[in-house]
Parts: sequence; structure tokens; C-alpha cells
Amino acid sequence: MTHIKVNVDGTVYEDDVEPRLLLAHYLRDRLGLTGTPIGCDTSNCGACTVDLDGATVKSCSVLAVQADGSEVTTVQGLARNGELTALQRAFHELHALQCGYCTPGMIMAARDLLRENPRPGPDEVRHALEGNLCRCTGYQNIVRAVLAASGQDTARSGQETAQEVRA
Amino acid sequence: MIPAAFEYTRPESVDEAVRALAAAGDEAKVLAGGQSLLPLLRLRLAFPELVVDVGRIPALRGVREDGGTLVIGALTTHHDVLRDPLVRRHAGLLAAATQTVADPAVRHRGTLGGSLAHADPAGDLPAVVLALDGELVVAGPNGRRTVAAGDFFVDYLQSALAPDELLVEVRLPKTDGWGFHYEKFHRVAQAYAIVGVAALVRRDDGRIAEARVGLTNMGSTPLRAVAAERALAGADGPDAVARAAELAAEGTRPPQDVSASPEYRTHLARVLTRRAVLAATEAR
Repeated sequence: MTHIKVNVDGTVYEDDVEPRLLLAHYLRDRLGLTGTPIGCDTSNCGACTVDLDGATVKSCSVLAVQADGSEVTTVQGLARNGELTALQRAFHELHALQCGYCTPGMIMAARDLLRENPRPGPDEVRHALEGNLCRCTGYQNIVRAVLAASGQDTARSGQETAQEVRA
Repeated sequence: MIPAAFEYTRPESVDEAVRALAAAGDEAKVLAGGQSLLPLLRLRLAFPELVVDVGRIPALRGVREDGGTLVIGALTTHHDVLRDPLVRRHAGLLAAATQTVADPAVRHRGTLGGSLAHADPAGDLPAVVLALDGELVVAGPNGRRTVAAGDFFVDYLQSALAPDELLVEVRLPKTDGWGFHYEKFHRVAQAYAIVGVAALVRRDDGRIAEARVGLTNMGSTPLRAVAAERALAGADGPDAVARAAELAAEGTRPPQDVSASPEYRTHLARVLTRRAVLAATEAR
């Protein structure tokens, strides 16, 4: 067992964990933070994306012991006093999800993009979400929501984006 | 899957890490960013007794200049490589190829040294470091030694690192003024390259004076397209480049897998070499 101390969504936790415990399992099974889902076993889907010390990571590809002394933000730590962030509201209002399984990871990845690039173009949004798979929406409304959250016109994110990507 | 149980240690210096590796004999694995190792642990394709986490050794991180050489700490993440002004200025090919590695979250964690030590011929960066004539600095119980990239990649997932050695630095001769391009052919955005071509071109009076071509996933190690390189020296214009590129697969033994046959990879190597060299010739 290895002793770790991690700040997750503003709360400090101290635990003894097996070194092989994945951060995703620590969040879900030990801390009960099931807002971060696990979608695959191959580091591909990005559903389990969280923020680790200011940068996104796939929490299935990080050991809990590697997060010792770090700050983790999950999708559950974004809203303040029940108030959704602009990005979360945009996902809600623009129907950027169907089954919702990929949504926590999509939101964490999009949040990471907007921190670095506050007004991304549609193609930049798509590249930033390369590590996050959605099997329902076809991505159109997700791209639209990210553009809306950055205060941009969402009308040009549909067909036009598809064409830009093909080009 | 949940990884098999292992012991864990987090050394604070290179010496401490090397001692931990030496004490474990053959049974230890080095953990840097974990973006190659953790998937292997999860699939139980690797089951070390000890994991040596070098992720908190600050001396292994960062980029500096040493005369005509760029020195990159093995633990420097892909994300940091991409944003480093020295890398962009003196090793543009590395930045261009790193941009195609996996996705942003993986690039936040994954490291240059880790992807080289993993020695996966389908990884993008081994062929790039090979094309850049890079050298790898390795620390062991008897001090440090330097291995040329051409000697570092021994076989599929096998490097010249002994079990008690740690990759600490990557040294790249500066390629200021060279044109460069990394051409990657893959099925979906974050998939491995079916074939990738790293091209470097030095031009003289419009002609190609010297070209270097690194091949990703055309054998059990990254390879140089030696015959194509030779034919590219002195090449003038797209037709000459196309003729030279026809030699790109000579001496390779491309693998057969679900994505492609050896014949298809041979075809790709020729086409992608032509594209990569032409792009490198135009872009400077």
C-alpha cells in the first residue's frame, strides 16, 4: 500500500492505495465520484478524462499514486453552487449529447481547449476532441456547443464544418 | 482490466532510479508518463514486479542548447516539446511529428523519452529521431553512455537499454534551414501510423543537396530509407523526387497486420516518401 494525498474537486483526500489502482477507479470506487465514467480498456475513448494539475489526462491511463500531491478536477467539480458553467449550459441547450456517456470527457477536453484557445475555429475544436469518442451524435452538436460556449456564432458549425474537415 | 499487482517506488534522482532498477534485476519497468506502459499493464501484456516511477525527477525535464545540439530531457512531455521555442527553431521535424501523436490528453502525459524507450516501430517519434541523426544518453550503474539512434532500436519493442539503465537525454543536431515534413497515414485520428515518413531536406540552389528519410512501421524497428536518400541527393524537381521515392521500401520488411499487408505498406512507403520529400522541399 502507498499513502497518497489528493485534492479532488476542492476536497483533500488521504488514502492508502495499491500502486496498481487506476486514478479512474480511485475516483469512482473509493471516492464515489461516478460522474467520471470508464468507456474502454484501451485509452481510446476519452470518457474518463479529468483535469490533473491544470491539464487533461485520461484517468484510466494514470495510476492513483501518480496523482499523489496533485489537484484533480472532475466534471463534478465544475458547477459552482449548482450553477452550470457556460460550457455545460451550451452542451445542455444545444443538445450536444444523446446517451451522455462521453459527455464528461467531452466537457473536460473542451474546457482544456478553451483555456488555451478561447475562440477556436470549428476545425480546431474537432482536433482538440480527437481523443474523445462519441457514438451517438456524429459530433455536430458537440462542436456547435463548444463554439457557442466560446461566444461564437454556431450557425457555421454544421455542414460547413464537415466540408472543412473533408478539405 | 485491472493491472496485476506490483511494487512501486518513486525515486527523486537519476542515481536513485538506477539503483532501484539494478536491485530489481530483470523484473522492473520504468514509468515515465505511462501512456504506453499503462495500457500494457491493463491488458496484462506486461507484469513487472516493480514499477520505478521517474515522473518526479526534475532534472529529466526540459530543453536546452549545447552548441550545435539541442538537448531534450527524456521526461519532457509531448505537450511541452510542441510548445518549446527551441524545438520549433532547431528541430522543426520533431515538433511537426509530435503534433500527430495520439491526442491532447495523451500528449499532456506522454514523454519523448518514454516513446523512444518503448521502441515501438509504429510509434511516430523513433523514426523522427533516427532521421534527425539523434543520440540517446543513457544512465547506468557505471555512469553515462551515448547511443546513436541507429543503434538504439534493436527489435520490436526492444531498445539497447539494459535492465539497469535509464534513458535521460535525447540529443539532436540542429537542423536550422532544413525543410521538413512528417507524413502519417492512419485510419482514424488517434490510431497508430499504418506507415509514416519523416523527411528532412537540405537544399542548395533549388536542388536537393541532402535528404534524410525515416520510416515508421516498415519493419521491427524504425528505419532509414537509405536507397531513396542516396537517389534524392542532387534531385532536381518533382519527377526526380518521384523516381527516388520509388526506392523508399528497399531493404525493409514491413509487417502484416489487420490494417495492411506488406505489399500495401510498400506502396504506402513510396507514395508517402514522395509526398513528404516534396512537402519538405517546399516548406522551409
